[in-house]
Amino acid sequence: MKLDLRLPIGLLFTTYGGLFVVFGLTSDHAIYARSLGINVNLWWGLVLLVFGAGMLVVSLRATRQGVSNPSRTDSTSTP
Amino acid sequence: MMRLGWVDYTVMVLYFTFVLGIGWMLRRSVRSSEDFFLSGRSIPAWIAGLAFISANLGAQEVIGMGASGAKYGMMTSHFYWVGAIPAMVFVGIFMMPFYYGSRARSVPEYLKLRFDEKTRGFNAMTFAVMTVFSSGISMYAFAKLLELLLGWNFHASVLLSAVIVLGYIFLGGLTSAIYNEVLQFFLIVLGFLPLVLLGLKDVGGWAGLSAKLATVATNAGYPAGAWSESWRHLDSAAANPMGVEWFSMVMGLGFVLSFGYWCTDFLVVQRAMAADSMAAARRTPLVAAFPKMLFPFLVILPGMLAIALHVTRGTFLPLESDGTPNYNLAVPVMLGHYLPSGVLGLGLTALMASFMSGMAGNVTAFNTVWTYDIYQSYLRPGQSDAHYLRMGHAATVFGIILSGAAAYATTRFNNIMDMLQLVFAFVNAPLFATFLLGMFWRRTTGHGAFFGLLTGTAAAAIQHGLTLPHGATPGLKGGFLGAVVHTYPSEMAQNFWSAIFAWTACFTTTIVISLLTRRTKSDQDLKGLVYSLTPRQTDHGLPWYKAPVTLGVIALGLTLVLNIIFR
Repeated sequence: MKLDLRLPIGLLFTTYGGLFVVFGLTSDHAIYARSLGINVNLWWGLVLLVFGAGMLVVSLRATRQGVSNPSRTDSTSTP
Repeated sequence: MMRLGWVDYTVMVLYFTFVLGIGWMLRRSVRSSEDFFLSGRSIPAWIAGLAFISANLGAQEVIGMGASGAKYGMMTSHFYWVGAIPAMVFVGIFMMPFYYGSRARSVPEYLKLRFDEKTRGFNAMTFAVMTVFSSGISMYAFAKLLELLLGWNFHASVLLSAVIVLGYIFLGGLTSAIYNEVLQFFLIVLGFLPLVLLGLKDVGGWAGLSAKLATVATNAGYPAGAWSESWRHLDSAAANPMGVEWFSMVMGLGFVLSFGYWCTDFLVVQRAMAADSMAAARRTPLVAAFPKMLFPFLVILPGMLAIALHVTRGTFLPLESDGTPNYNLAVPVMLGHYLPSGVLGLGLTALMASFMSGMAGNVTAFNTVWTYDIYQSYLRPGQSDAHYLRMGHAATVFGIILSGAAAYATTRFNNIMDMLQLVFAFVNAPLFATFLLGMFWRRTTGHGAFFGLLTGTAAAAIQHGLTLPHGATPGLKGGFLGAVVHTYPSEMAQNFWSAIFAWTACFTTTIVISLLTRRTKSDQDLKGLVYSLTPRQTDHGLPWYKAPVTLGVIALGLTLVLNIIFR
């Protein structure tokens, strides 16, 4: 069985999301002059976090199903 | 020059770590040459589909489409809504049954099965050159951009991109390239979206952008909607900045160039060949069509925003030595203008990812064609599979070295897109005529196909050599055959017409020579290779969202709606 691609995608974007949220909360607001005064790191960080977490949930659920029911061979659900 | 903070560098380093990490995790899945070159035909449709568009998402897409968006405006969307989507639907529904069903391992190998050795040889050689060249362009653009934006050393950037791409392909072969292309797809979408949203908000949405683009158009002497409408100014080549009229656009770009690229280019077809079943292979381009139709908003819009700001503010884009804006910098300048440290790192990483996916796509296609269609066919046939697997690894290394050489040779054109279109026009345009006849007319012979291809490529070169775009001097841009018999309003127009000439020459020559020569393949040989001799694929038993024909019809319908909205 190959690697489930949703796992690294989920991990990477969850990490990015967390990083941006923390950076958005701690960074000097002056740097957001160029982004029209919007704290784009905080908001986009949240978007990335939701996307990444979604990928992780789907991937982990598929792994658990795969363990509880190893005979499942539906090729379209898990890589 | 941009100043990056620690957070931006963290984003980049994380990305490079993941890319190489995926290659590392997949290293054990490569046991045979088919694992290395075709992922052991085990990739599900959604992954193959996203890789299908991502492999093409190199420098020509992100930088080139942004540049074209600034230079030509909304008409650039024709590359998607007239070009790519119909072609992708066609390849999924009609052509994939032959590609996947014949078990050919590459597009040149299909030509060998359908026609003969020389047709395969010709296609394999020209394709190998083209992939190296394209990969080199990506590499060059990557290093040039980082030098310009971040002050990084050009040679160090070439080396960085080469080592990373080499690393993950060497470890995990095509699977690694495909997995990383999917990661890159999400990175590009999520990295560019904040830029588009902020830019649109700044100019007052689509209405505000259209108003500003009206100034751009009238300043340049065109009707007010020339930059914000895609169809209304196509009745004459003089009425739009692209310098094309509807016929050369629909025929040249839509039919010949786009079908030639999406239906016959092994770079993209390879992704579908790696799919885990016939149904998944057919679904691959169709799954890809849906995100692809939204890409104009991601890659063309930043260019349109940049030119709108440039003209209404008086200055925004850096200028070339002749005073025209440097269109190739539209997207990078936008990144630096709107994104603060943090998301800026993400945007830049997305840009790097697009270059790397472009390189990796070409390198994986190159190593396959080299190993199966050149090395195994002509140089060392009959060796063990392990031998060819080793050759695949070696081909990956020298493919990347050759790309590096091509990168240093790429400095000539203002717009990378125009140059790629030129190469496609010579080599790819006639190819679609060959496939169309080969797949749908069993009488087509090997001699017909081969001499048709030669004639088509020659026709493109001759037409290019005898004409010039407006304002250009004879040389690489045309007119190199001495006399200039026609002057086109733009390079685009010249390229589209080159493609039309090439296709027509190939189509007619192939028919004439096929009728004059004897068939060497019996109906039995052609089973699974020609439409009339292949059992129909049925979609029975598949839910609607998995049925190729249903998906294709939906994709075409939505594309029609987009064309109407932005006409």
